Amino acid sequence: MSRASTRFDTKKVNSELVTLTYGSLVAQMVKDLENPEDVNKQLERLGYNMGIRLVEDFLAKTGTGRCLDLKDTADKIQSAFRMYLGVQPNVSNWSPAGDEFSFLLDSNPLTDLVELPDDLKSLRYCNIICGAVRGALEMVQLDVQSWIVQDQLKGDSNTEIRVKFIRKLEDAIPAGEE
Amino acid sequence: MVIYGVYIVSKSGGLIFNYDHNIPKIETEKTFSYPLDIKLQYENKKVVVEFGQRDGIHVGHMLYAINGIPVTGRQLDDGRDVFEVLDNKDNYPINIKFGRPKMTTNEKIFLASMFYPLFAIASQLSPEPKSSGIEVLEADTFKLHCFQTLTGVKMMVVAEPTQAGIDILLRRIYEIYADYALKNPFYSLEMPIRCELFDINLKTVLEQVEKSGISNV
Repeated sequence: MSRASTRFDTKKVNSELVTLTYGSLVAQMVKDLENPEDVNKQLERLGYNMGIRLVEDFLAKTGTGRCLDLKDTADKIQSAFRMYLGVQPNVSNWSPAGDEFSFLLDSNPLTDLVELPDDLKSLRYCNIICGAVRGALEMVQLDVQSWIVQDQLKGDSNTEIRVKFIRKLEDAIPAGEE
Repeated sequence: MVIYGVYIVSKSGGLIFNYDHNIPKIETEKTFSYPLDIKLQYENKKVVVEFGQRDGIHVGHMLYAINGIPVTGRQLDDGRDVFEVLDNKDNYPINIKFGRPKMTTNEKIFLASMFYPLFAIASQLSPEPKSSGIEVLEADTFKLHCFQTLTGVKMMVVAEPTQAGIDILLRRIYEIYADYALKNPFYSLEMPIRCELFDINLKTVLEQVEKSGISNV
């Protein structure tokens, strides 16, 4: 694994590049779609499509095995955050049934230089992360829902992304992997 | 250190990538006089040696060319039938080229999709619950190593039976797949991989393995 991480390090980029690229993407979408709700939906879809590809990269580079409970899953998504966004979110707010939890991000590279104008209060700027989490987990046969609860862009103290486990996609599990 | 080929099978069982790495070409050319002492047979759209193995011509080898004219199916490229030519005494002495049959892409796709249910059956036949599918399939001339990712994609490497450490190579191939196929925005999932960067990097790794061993991958 050390070998994999050194290889990964060599491709680090300045987070501002990501912030600016993502910012221009969202700005363009707001211009094109006009309705912020549509932008939210598109961002989620975009994230989903990224997630279903990115998960292979994560699995190949970390060599992790299948998760057997949601705590395990949360840990792994946490390390994926560190790998792809360079931040380590806290996992908290577990539901009593243990099927829901939150990621708390005190800083979010996607929003570093961003202020939301008043007419875009319904825009969920980081919705791409929710989509990516959903897409990635779907590829490992976990159906989840993910949404933003708190948003620093809307005056909250940190960004909170909630993940809810819906079900395991039994029929999608590849043979010999159950 | 010989790796014969790499195959990738998608989640739904279709062959999405195959690469023949190092299959030595075996071809024998020989001049025969009448009557021909090798029994030939037409099967699976190939003229193959049925009986009478000698001088490097083995049972199962197929007919490549007669007097330098290539053979397609049971026809010479100038339109004559192979068996008619061979039965005609006037054509002798005759020069015939034999060789190991090559698998066509269709046959590879067919075989790859056959491995898929085999893999599933293996995991169900297991006396222990929660068994994996086939990881290594061993024969006297090769060993097939299979690695299934958590998302259901199978990476397969066919190598010499004595070859150790293929599991590391399989993981490396998975990394290359994640990097150069999946990160290519114009590659659609589940479709055959036609990405040049992927080919180049895979070849580099296989050459590395061949030259300096698996530990350096």
